[in-house]
Amino acid sequence: MFAGGNSSTRVYYHHRQLLKKDFRWASRERMARSTGKDAQALIHSLLSAYAATPTNLKIIDLYVLFAVCTALIQVVYMAIVGSFPFNSFLSGVLSCVGTAVLAVCLRIQVNKENKEFKDLPPERAFADFVLCNLVLHLVIMNFLG
Amino acid sequence: MNGPKAQESNPSKPASKNPDLLLPTSNFSLKTLKLKTKQQELLIRVSILCLVYVLAFITRLFSVLRYESMIHEFDPYFNYRTTLFLTEKGFYEFWNWFDSESWYPLGRIIGGTLYPGLMVTAALIYWTLRFLRFMVHIREVCVLTAPFFASNTTLVAYFFGKEIWDSGAGLVAAALIAICPGYISRSVAGSYDNEGVAIFALLLTFYLFVRAVNTGSLAWALASAFGYFYMVSAWGGYVFIINLIPLYVLVLLITGRYSMRLYVAYNCMYVLGMLLAMQIRFVGFQHVQSGEHMAAMGVFFLIQVFYFLNWVKHLLSDAKLFEIFLRITVTGAVGLGAIALGVGSASGYISPWTGRFYSLLDPTYAKDHIPIIASVSEHQPTAWSSFMFDFHFLLFLFPAGLYFCFKRLSDATIFIVMYGLTSMYFAGVMVRLILVATPAVCLISAIATSATIKNLTSLLKSKSKVTLSGSSRGSASSKASSKALLDYSLPFQKNAAIALLVGAFYLLSRYVTHCTWVTSEAYSSPSIVLAARGAHGNRVIFDDYREAYFWLRQNTPPDSKVMSWWDYGYQITAMGNRTVIVDNNTWNNTHIATVGRAMASYEDEAYEIMQSLDVDYVLVVFGGVTGYSSDDINKFLWMVRIGGGVFPVIKEPDYLVNGEYRVDKGASPKLLNCLMYKLCYYRFGELRTEYGKPPGYDRARSVEIGNKDIKLEYLEEAFTTSNWIVRIYKVKPPNNRW
Repeated sequence: MFAGGNSSTRVYYHHRQLLKKDFRWASRERMARSTGKDAQALIHSLLSAYAATPTNLKIIDLYVLFAVCTALIQVVYMAIVGSFPFNSFLSGVLSCVGTAVLAVCLRIQVNKENKEFKDLPPERAFADFVLCNLVLHLVIMNFLG
Repeated sequence: MNGPKAQESNPSKPASKNPDLLLPTSNFSLKTLKLKTKQQELLIRVSILCLVYVLAFITRLFSVLRYESMIHEFDPYFNYRTTLFLTEKGFYEFWNWFDSESWYPLGRIIGGTLYPGLMVTAALIYWTLRFLRFMVHIREVCVLTAPFFASNTTLVAYFFGKEIWDSGAGLVAAALIAICPGYISRSVAGSYDNEGVAIFALLLTFYLFVRAVNTGSLAWALASAFGYFYMVSAWGGYVFIINLIPLYVLVLLITGRYSMRLYVAYNCMYVLGMLLAMQIRFVGFQHVQSGEHMAAMGVFFLIQVFYFLNWVKHLLSDAKLFEIFLRITVTGAVGLGAIALGVGSASGYISPWTGRFYSLLDPTYAKDHIPIIASVSEHQPTAWSSFMFDFHFLLFLFPAGLYFCFKRLSDATIFIVMYGLTSMYFAGVMVRLILVATPAVCLISAIATSATIKNLTSLLKSKSKVTLSGSSRGSASSKASSKALLDYSLPFQKNAAIALLVGAFYLLSRYVTHCTWVTSEAYSSPSIVLAARGAHGNRVIFDDYREAYFWLRQNTPPDSKVMSWWDYGYQITAMGNRTVIVDNNTWNNTHIATVGRAMASYEDEAYEIMQSLDVDYVLVVFGGVTGYSSDDINKFLWMVRIGGGVFPVIKEPDYLVNGEYRVDKGASPKLLNCLMYKLCYYRFGELRTEYGKPPGYDRARSVEIGNKDIKLEYLEEAFTTSNWIVRIYKVKPPNNRW
């Protein structure tokens, strides 16, 4: 607050402060509105771009989503009832995470847009996926206790 | 280009036209086999690998030839005992074994506190040989397991070198690692220890992982997960793998060299490897609970976020929208990760780095806080002479190899550079870890050797081409390389190349000589049998240890308990077949400190401690008569330090005089009357050890001892070996009360 000056300049200054606050509040509101609009635009473009992916990849994505959801449900359950026996909890969660990760690897190898894997026949990719899942679930069955 | 290391194999002599029927072999030469160049090259490669395989095995057999086929040192005796148990009782008993013969009265859960890889491997080899009707004894299999796996390591080194550079480098790497003293030190015949198998597993895991990253195939990643499982089952040093691979992934992500293959390789290996590793009881849940393994998990989550963002960026064509998405996701992920890490560490759920591994990052930590780790001679920092001793010429080739790797950066060369640098740092911190650095040093040196020799021989070959095409200098058909050579050719290039080649081969032959000498002189002694040169230059063998252990086995009641310093525990249980109080596992510091306190106290206080532990016999090792310097009197200060760490009544300055450790007349009175001193020097005062010296002259410390008139009140001498190296005393039962 500066000393001196007559009341009119003070009023003017006070008015300017109010205007500045008003302006800030308005710009924040505008930013919130624009963020909301941005988020909507983001979601829209994501959905539209995703709709263009081929069906087999969408099936794999659904499987990944299912595995991750199952893992989350198990974590929530563990948080409610406690983590004994820990090896069972770990084997359950890791089997979900494991199949999700392996499915993502399969998706990468099968996706025609990946130039690195264009020489890899999709049957070979699927066979690798099945083999790794077999090993994963055998270990899980041993670990489950 | 898979250029052969030597010159292209032209037949050494032309097909002889001599029709002499008595010498049918004179017609034979490679030309008559009508081999194409590729087949000739394959023949050379296979024969070199076979020779290297056999060489790696036979160079480790010195001690078997000189002494006999026996297990060396201390730790291998425990491994031998457990392997014996496994072959006799089967896997279920072995996996659930509780041993009451060590760490009396606590016992030890052996099934849950050992790394079973080595024992299971040896047992499998034993059962296979028995199935094929070779009736070998398990001890022979144990003795020769390490050289066998050293030979297998050379094969893996060949394939790894081929993956990183080319097959020439692979051959050189196989040859170098077959005889490198850094590896031989822990894998001679008789050294039946975890590292013999673990280095093979380490190199195999790394090779399979690099192959997975290069090909992006799930099958190779699965194979590397199995390699990691084998490594976890074999040695505690697997922590190196689970930290190096995430660090490598991080470096690739930061430098922008990532690709989809990296994602496939790392994820499959991490998830499957972690699950497989948790099947080993000793490792347990450490992969999700211990601070040493958190780097791998952190990188796992980071790589998910990273690739997810990449995918979204690929989906969205609009850069601005993606930026918003990026901001939200990154702040969310970083926040979540930080919260999880903070909560985990603060609540103690994620345990901090254990002392063993923390002392690698902070070398001064062990000396102040954990005397047991600091007392082991293998854990001391490395001197330059050790590096030179173990690596010789490879030490100079290592920086040259790094230069070549940087010239041709790829995923594989980045990996080997990181492996080399990190392992060299750890090798500098602890002598024992030179072993882990050896494969990296051999591979990088092989790259340098192979590249240099290839360049030199190509100079030799191309010079002849230049002289032929000298007339057609300006013609456009000449290749760019020979054109460059024409522009920059020095006058005596061919001679210089020949001189450098001769120099290189001379240095390599010196390396071979050095390695063989080191193996023969330094690394082939079974520490349990000592050898020395007698007065007339003949070899004198001291077999006192085994003499003492067999005396124990045959002359004491089967349920007697033996107290000794922890170094000898494994040998006493394996060969003497008696219960011990403490042994080399050193899992209970207080128990060891109790023994240390007993050894450092006066006889009556020690008697109380020995009675509380039900001790029947006390075993000490004494080198005063033979001049053997690794005896208990030289280790005594460590007993005091470890005992004093738990029981403040034992104070180290009490045993020193002006900070000096002496055993002669000027020694401190507490030292002259403590139990260890009395047991070692009992009746020693009457013995003449050297001509011209007074009786009671200690040859290991080169002084005359201070207290010659020793009387024992609560113990009596039971046995002293022929060279006074091992002395066994019986604890007398308490007097009858009247």
